[in-house]
Amino acid sequence: MAQPSGLAERLLGKPGARQRPPNTSSPARYILLLVVTVIGFIYAAPNLFQPDSALQISTITEIKGSSIIKPVDQALVDKVVNGLRSEGIIVLGAEIVDKSAIIRVDGDESQLRGRDIVSGLVNPTGEDGYVVALTRASTTPRWLEDIGGQPLSLGLDLSGGVHFLLQLDMQKYLGDRMLSNQEAIRDLFVEDRIRYIGRDWVDGMQMEIPFQSETARAAAAEVIEENFDDFEVRERDFDGQPGLRLTVLEAKVRELEDLAISQNLQSLRNRVNELGVSEPLVQRLGRSRILLDLPGMQDSARAKEIINKFANLEFRMVARPSERASQVERFLYEGAPVDLEKSVIVTGDQVSNALQEYDPQSGLPQVSINLDSDGGRHMNEVTKDRVGDSMAIIFKELKVRSRTVIEDGETRIEPYTVADNRVINVATVQSALGFRFRITGLELGEARDLALLLRAGALAAPMYIVEERTVGASLGEDNIAAGQQSILIGFSAVLLFMLVYYRWFGFAADLALSVNLILLVAIMSVLGATLTLPGLAGIVLTVGMAVDANVLIFSRIREEAVERPPQQAISIGFDRALLTILDANITTFFVAIILFSIGSGPVKGFAVTLAIGIVTSMFTAILGTRAIVNLMYGGRKLEKLAI
Amino acid sequence: MNPLVFNIDFMGKRKIAGTISIVLIVCSLGVLLVQGLNLGLDFTGGTLVEVEFVEPIAPADIRELLDSAGFEHGIVQYFGTERDLLIRMPPQSSVEQARLGDELVSTLRQQYPEVVLRQSNYIGPAVGEELTTDAGLALIAALAVIMLYILFRFTKQFSVGAVAALAHDVILTLGIFAVFQWTFDLSVFAAVLAVIGYSLNDTIVVSDRIRENFRKIRKGTTIDIINKSLNQTLGRTLVTSMTTLFVLVALLVSGGETIRGFAAAMTIGVIVGTYSSIYIASNLLILLKIKREDLLVPEKENLDEAMP
Repeated sequence: MAQPSGLAERLLGKPGARQRPPNTSSPARYILLLVVTVIGFIYAAPNLFQPDSALQISTITEIKGSSIIKPVDQALVDKVVNGLRSEGIIVLGAEIVDKSAIIRVDGDESQLRGRDIVSGLVNPTGEDGYVVALTRASTTPRWLEDIGGQPLSLGLDLSGGVHFLLQLDMQKYLGDRMLSNQEAIRDLFVEDRIRYIGRDWVDGMQMEIPFQSETARAAAAEVIEENFDDFEVRERDFDGQPGLRLTVLEAKVRELEDLAISQNLQSLRNRVNELGVSEPLVQRLGRSRILLDLPGMQDSARAKEIINKFANLEFRMVARPSERASQVERFLYEGAPVDLEKSVIVTGDQVSNALQEYDPQSGLPQVSINLDSDGGRHMNEVTKDRVGDSMAIIFKELKVRSRTVIEDGETRIEPYTVADNRVINVATVQSALGFRFRITGLELGEARDLALLLRAGALAAPMYIVEERTVGASLGEDNIAAGQQSILIGFSAVLLFMLVYYRWFGFAADLALSVNLILLVAIMSVLGATLTLPGLAGIVLTVGMAVDANVLIFSRIREEAVERPPQQAISIGFDRALLTILDANITTFFVAIILFSIGSGPVKGFAVTLAIGIVTSMFTAILGTRAIVNLMYGGRKLEKLAI
Repeated sequence: MNPLVFNIDFMGKRKIAGTISIVLIVCSLGVLLVQGLNLGLDFTGGTLVEVEFVEPIAPADIRELLDSAGFEHGIVQYFGTERDLLIRMPPQSSVEQARLGDELVSTLRQQYPEVVLRQSNYIGPAVGEELTTDAGLALIAALAVIMLYILFRFTKQFSVGAVAALAHDVILTLGIFAVFQWTFDLSVFAAVLAVIGYSLNDTIVVSDRIRENFRKIRKGTTIDIINKSLNQTLGRTLVTSMTTLFVLVALLVSGGETIRGFAAAMTIGVIVGTYSSIYIASNLLILLKIKREDLLVPEKENLDEAMP
């Protein structure tokens, strides 16, 4: 068995340096602890400032460099503040941050009333390019913010709001790509007079094309290699005919998926901005999913309507009777059949801006559309020779439906998409059209949504909701209150128990525990972690378990005190407990890491608090408690330990 | 206050304790297999809506209302108070599933205009399945990593003992949830993982002391040494369990309905975990014939590692 002092020296690693009386720490250690505590307190402090209720006024996201956007300026802010004051609402402050105005008001009621007043002021027609959202404005002092201090952001379960998990229909998207590839390949064959067989070659992510002859196959292979780099081309015979099998490269599939996701993300961001949510979260999740959090949003039905519209416009000419039947597609318009040309002049993607307005003469709603340069030029080219003919606008919408599938005796509901293509307008081309024109004959709601969707851009792939969580504001508030109360009760009970059971040592532990809680909150705040209900539970639990390190040390000191003088018992107690604390905490830390890397949302929140809690509790118990105990007992002559 | 000094012959009753544990585990597994867990929405998928009424309301009335509106096979029950109802609906053929929650609320609002939506959740079937797989993986990964770490820090006997103790705790906690048919959702799953962390902590503290005593005390049988170690750590085990239970009871009482499942699972886990760190891990050490020689070599190495 190692001699006690030798063991302690080896653990501390500085045999020569131990000239101080037993159980005293160097001043450097006290300073370190003090500095850490003060820094911790500073960074935890922003959480003490209750945020103000506020209104946020911002402009609709700038789309494709449109010039119609009106900026949020001081004049607008003054107008709004005066307007609010004249309605008897107390305005606490107004500022412009990142191109949007933040107007602080005194409480939730003023906030709700204020929103309607402000909307009336800046947005009288409902289409003036401004969005008014409810928000919470931080009251953290500027100097704290300048050094990176920020309060914990609340998760949806505490703030209320809507969470969606959206699944992109990649099969549909990739299938469409394959069909358009098939068309392009067929056009190439026709151009080069390559004799192919059949028309429908697509089978999943492959195409199987039979040819009349070997020479045709060779020519086709050459043409395809020249024009496409998406496929792996293999020679195969189909029913005795020479043929080619084209398989889409895996890398290409990934590329297409990335493209679809990023376009959907962009267009979702644009759409969500117009919903009036101050801090939306839109991010990719895995290969084909998008996560969308809308804090503060209460109307999930409205959110769904906007998110899930997969709509696009096509402008096409109405076919002349002389047109070949193969170039014509038949639609219904107001109950009567109408034949449209298959070639599309312009699609919704080429729209640079769209606004809902009212026709000055009739007062009816209309949508005015600006095209980008390509679209405008093409529109002009086509329409200048066809004045007097009719042009149709097709509203293409993909609707998500669900059907019941029975497979292997199991019934499940499966979503699928149906195309709903409607001709919404047929109008005579009065003159050659250019970059700017109008669509009339729409209802108000229709016009507004159409303008919004055109502005926001189309979704590349249709999406459906695979998960939705809506938390009402009242539940969020209850959750916060419950969390705070249980922390208060649990924490006080623990502090009291330690004080009674371990007396002065308990007091040292209580100090260390309090610092532990402050450090935990400070680190979470600085990391920008989101506080959720499971996270709160994690904090509560950490408090309960953080005691353990202290208990380990104290019970060891008690044991040693039976057969050793007090100072020696303290020293050995700390040293012996150290290894145990390390072992126990490191394994628990592993569990937290696994939870974080595998778990989803709520489990992650819990794991983060658990992991940070382990680090802070080890720091405070090993260094903090020791320093406090040393301060109380170190270097003194003790007859008996009060433990 | 006097320090807690114990002298209990834990290992003398190890056969009885072992038998009880085995019986409990077999019963738990039986219930889990026969009756199964009452899986929450997170795992099964489906639609769940919590609404608050102005006045106390009978679930039967709402059930009737929903039936007549064409929503079939719904479950309506109280949630916390008599004004709060939880409505759980399986997929309906008439309504698109992602909109089912909205439809339910608007149906209720026609009759009760002041109803407040507390929460509305929809989980698609694929998401639920994935979550179940992920959860299972997380559990296995956690146990595997723990086993490896303890194998590295201690010996194989300790490693097997610790993992057996953890498995024991998880199975019993799940068993109790199955017996009472309490809802097993994501937060309860998080609690089960937290129980693993907690119980592990306990087991390691005990193992650590057993290892130390094996090295220190040259006389005495394995059973004596384990008994002594258990008695020495018993005070600490009880105090820590008690403080943790303080907070858990606070969560149970005032944490609200949403956190209740979590708090309940943790409470059970802490109690079971305290027992298992005394009996399961040590029992296995004896069964696996731990010897003093198994623990002698790494002493120096361990001390070196602990140098700051």
